[in-house]
Formats: sequence, C-alpha cells, structure tokens
Amino acid sequence: MSTATTTTRDPALMLTILIDGIAYGMLLFVLASGLAVTLGLMNFINLAHGAFALMGGYATALLMNRAGLPFLATLPFAFLVPALIGAVAERTLYVRLYRRPHLDQVLFSIGLVFMAVTAADWLFGSQQQLITLPAWLQGRFELAGVAIGRYRAFLILVCAALVVGLQFVLTRTRFGARLRAAVDDQRAARGLGINVGVIFASTFAVGSGLAGLGGALGVEILGMDPTFPLKFMVYFLIVVTVGGTAGLTGPFLAALIIGVADVAGKYYAPELGAFMIYLLMIVILILRPQGLIAR
Amino acid sequence: MSTRTAFSPGTVPLRGAAPTDLQARALRDLGRTGRWRPAEALFWLAALASFFFLPDQHLLLTEVVILGLFALSLDLVLGYAGIVSLGHGAFFGLGAYVAGLVSIHLTGEPLTGLLLGGLAAGVLGFATAPLLLLRASDLTRLMVTLGIAMLLYEAANKAAWLTGGADGLQGVWIDPLFGRFEFDLFGTTAYGYALAVTFLLFLIARRIVTSPYGLSLRAIRDNALRANTIGVPVGRRLVAIYTLSALYAGIAGALLAQTTMFVSLDVLAFHRSADVLLVLVLGGVGYLYGGLIGAIVFKLLQDVFSTITPEYWMFWIGLVLVVIVLIGRDRINAAPLALWHRIRGGAK
Repeated sequence: MSTATTTTRDPALMLTILIDGIAYGMLLFVLASGLAVTLGLMNFINLAHGAFALMGGYATALLMNRAGLPFLATLPFAFLVPALIGAVAERTLYVRLYRRPHLDQVLFSIGLVFMAVTAADWLFGSQQQLITLPAWLQGRFELAGVAIGRYRAFLILVCAALVVGLQFVLTRTRFGARLRAAVDDQRAARGLGINVGVIFASTFAVGSGLAGLGGALGVEILGMDPTFPLKFMVYFLIVVTVGGTAGLTGPFLAALIIGVADVAGKYYAPELGAFMIYLLMIVILILRPQGLIAR
Repeated sequence: MSTRTAFSPGTVPLRGAAPTDLQARALRDLGRTGRWRPAEALFWLAALASFFFLPDQHLLLTEVVILGLFALSLDLVLGYAGIVSLGHGAFFGLGAYVAGLVSIHLTGEPLTGLLLGGLAAGVLGFATAPLLLLRASDLTRLMVTLGIAMLLYEAANKAAWLTGGADGLQGVWIDPLFGRFEFDLFGTTAYGYALAVTFLLFLIARRIVTSPYGLSLRAIRDNALRANTIGVPVGRRLVAIYTLSALYAGIAGALLAQTTMFVSLDVLAFHRSADVLLVLVLGGVGYLYGGLIGAIVFKLLQDVFSTITPEYWMFWIGLVLVVIVLIGRDRINAAPLALWHRIRGGAK
C-alpha cells in the first residue's frame, strides 16, 4: 500500500508513464491512420484494417528471425508488403463495396479478419512472434531525472515524423487536395478530371502500408500473434470514431488520449484492465456523438 | 407491399370513403400479411418431427435452436428496425450469467432462471438503447454496441468472485422442468424445452412484426426521416424494439446456460456477436425465419468445415462471409424463390 501511495505522487514516474502513453498513442495513430481515411473520410467500415498491421508485424519478425536482417532494414518491407496487398485487395475486392450498405461492409471485413487470423495461424503457428531490438534501442536513458525508454523515444520520433508528413500530404499537396475532393464529392471530382479510382487505391495502399509499419513497430510493445487483428480492431475503431471524421487531427488527439489513458490505467488501476478504454469511448461518444473534431 | 397501400398516397382513391372504410381496409391488409402460410406450418411441423424422429441429435439440435433464437432476436433490430449491432452477444451473455447465478444462489427452477435472465438483458437493453439514438449513424451505433459488449466481457472477467472469471461459473444445477422432466444427458428435455420456448417467442415476435407497430418499424428502417414526418415516434419505437430484442437474446443465453449447465466467458466473447450476424445473414434478414434457417445452415457448415480442418474452420466461415457479400445477399436470398419459379415455369 505504501509503495502505491509513493508511486502515485512521484512526478518523475508520472512523466515516465506520460511519455510511455504518448509513445503508445502515437503508435496507435500510425496503425489507425489508414483507417482514419477509409472509415473517417470515405465512410467505409473496414474491420479488417488490423490484418494489414498483422502482415507488417509478421514481415518484420520473420525477416529478422529467419533471414537475419537488421530491424531497421525490415521496416521498408513491413510497409511495402501490406501496401501491395492492400492495393490489390482494394482494386479487386473493396472497390465493389464502397456503395454497398454498411452491413455488407461489416460482414465482408469480419470475414477477411477471420481468414487473416486463421491463415496466419496455419502458416506460422499460433505463438507470439518475438524480436530482439538492436542494442541502441534497448534500455533507458535519463533526461532531467525522468527515465525514458530508448525504444519509446524512438517511436515518438518516428511516429511524429510520420504524423507531420501525413498532415502535410493531406493538407498541402496536390494529391491531398484531390483526395479531399474525391472524398467530399466523388461525382464532382470525376467531373473535374480527377481519377478517383487511382486516388482511392493509392490512399488505401498507403494506409495499409502504414498499418503494416505500425504493426512492425508495435511487435515489441503490443505483441504480435495471429489474433492481433481481432484484439486491436476495437482500438483502431475507437481512435477513428472518438477522433471524428473531419481529418487526421481528431484521430491523432484521440489516439494520444487513449494511449495515455490505457498506459496510466494499466499502471494505476490494473484491476480495471481494458475497462477504462471502453468506458472512456462510450462517455466521449455520449458527450460528442460526432467525435472530438466533427466535420 | 401492403405497407404502401396502408400509409402512402396509394389510399387517395378512397378520399371520399368514410374513415371506417379506410380502417377496415388497413385491417384487412394487416390480416393478409399476418396470415399463416403453408410453408410456415410445414417448417414448425418439421421442427416438431425432429424432436420425435431424431433422438440421437437432440444435443446438437438444442444448440441449433438456441442459436436460432439468438439470431431471431438480432433480426428484430437489424431486419425490422435497421440497427446494425456488433454487440448483441452482451445480452446473450448477460442472460446466460444471470440464469446460471439464479440456479446457484436462488432456485434451480428453470422457468424462473429463464425469466430473470431475459429480464436482466431486457433492462440492459432498455438502459443502453438511448445511446443508439445519439446520432443516426451506423458507425456510432456499431461502436456503442461493441463497446458495451466489451465492457461486459471485461466486467465478467474481472468480477471473478461472482462469475468465476476465466474458469467459468461452476455449480450450475437445474431442477427438473415442472418438477417432472429431468434434464438428461441425451438432451431430450433440453431440446423440447428450448424448442417450446423458441416457438412461443417466435409466435409473439410474429404477432408484433405483423402489427401496425411492426409496420411502423419497417417505415423507420426504410427512411427514419419520413417515418418521423408521418408521425411515427422514431426514438420510442427504436428503444422498445431494442429492449424486446435484448430480452429475446437474454432468454437465448439463459437457455444455453440451463441446457449446458455451465457458463463461461465465451458467452460474452466478440465472436458470438459476429457469429450471430453471420447466422442471420446466411438465413436472410427481415422475415423472422432467417435466424432459424441460418442456424441450421451455420451448424451444418461448422460441422463440415471442422471435419476438413478442425483447427481452421474459422477460415472457411470467413470465406463464406466474403463470398456471400461479393455475390450479394439479396441475390442469395432470392435464389430459392427464383429456382421455384423456374421449376414451376418449366412444368407449365
């Protein structure tokens, strides 16, 4: 009991937890950013988003453990493999479902999740995929008396760069403008000569690739086994619904809130478990049904 | 459809007629949709026959009927009110746990447990239904229903002192039905009990969906805005049907707890909610029999797939879902009828 009271009042520890939470939240955002576009902007309910994260995580784990590649060298593959598969899946399967009722989208993507989970189990076994991080990413360092995990700091830097990059592409580039136009009004966008199909396919591919990259970065802290897409499906959906469908800022905020709440909850009130997150989601949705930042 | 003639400008030719004529006509139309068809009688006769002629299959048939009732409860909200729910397992699981706990702490009498299980789920449904009205968006509804189911799963997992946590609820014991029919190992009493309860609940559901109230639900499903403008109290109707559906799901869960005399966390797991959606879609949404027929098809599929690849039958279930959606649910549901017409056309 006495340790609990001292730990709750230890500001340095609170900062450590905060930084852990931010790293976790940023990772969640990278994982869910593709979904923020397909579900948030395009209004397509894709429960199978986690399957692409699974591919990325497995790409990294297998390349490291079986081919002996270094961690950083596997990350491009963790992006490219799911991105390619995502592009093919979008052109052949998803494209038929954009205009279908939400129920169809739910059924279709749950089916894909079931297939991905069992396929991963069949191909690679049901065990956790473990990786050994390079030495320079292991351990902790102290900054002004606050202990920070090196890998957490690495995650924050990489994910922050991705967040800035994504926001830049979406708001400042020609591609981003075309995507926003295609999402807002497909017919008008087509009329202006924008190739909506290509825009959607490449967005879907990049979103899947980012999920894969998130999966690869998350192997160390989220764990990676065949049930990953089911276990984290709710988290991705929460990030998008709580964040709102106006752009990427809302989901980013939501991811940070959920990351910090989850880490702090697990530390200070472990008996509550994932209870905190679901409760937080329901409360936020009651207060702001449209999400934090509404369109 | 008779809904059109009852409510839309289709009744304009009757402008000069007295309101009583209109009423009579509406009643006649309602009576027509509510009339029993020969195929329906055949369906229930077959169900009754299965009780007498398939004694070896009673255990499996009990599972089928319970799954069918659960899917029927989902059909009430999805098929008739258009609410997409990913958390219907919450009510099923709550009903199962309450029925199990009642048998341990209160009484082993089955009907009491069944009623209390259903009521508990109904209360949860009534309490959470207003959350569905926050914004008429499928996504928010999906997340709220899913969130409630996950909350309940976590709660049952953490409250190990009450629910037994991951080990499951031990010591469930159900007394003989009406003090006479003992729940035997072959599932004969269980099947008769589950079938009777399901049939009774089906009759009530059938009466409800063919009533003017049921028509108003369909009006909401097809267009909530227009339903509102013709005076249908959309919010109240949705809360009512959601509560009823939760009650049904709770009774299905209670049946499972009582017939298997065991409750585990599995009753609240996500796959329950996903499976029941698949069951309903396999059988067809929005005509009440879909859940029951889907349950038969689902169990058969599960059986076939488990014999091919015992560990990976989920893969094939997933494939079935994907294929159904790609072909189109409407087309699959229309296929038997189209086939029937073709056969009759060929015979002519």
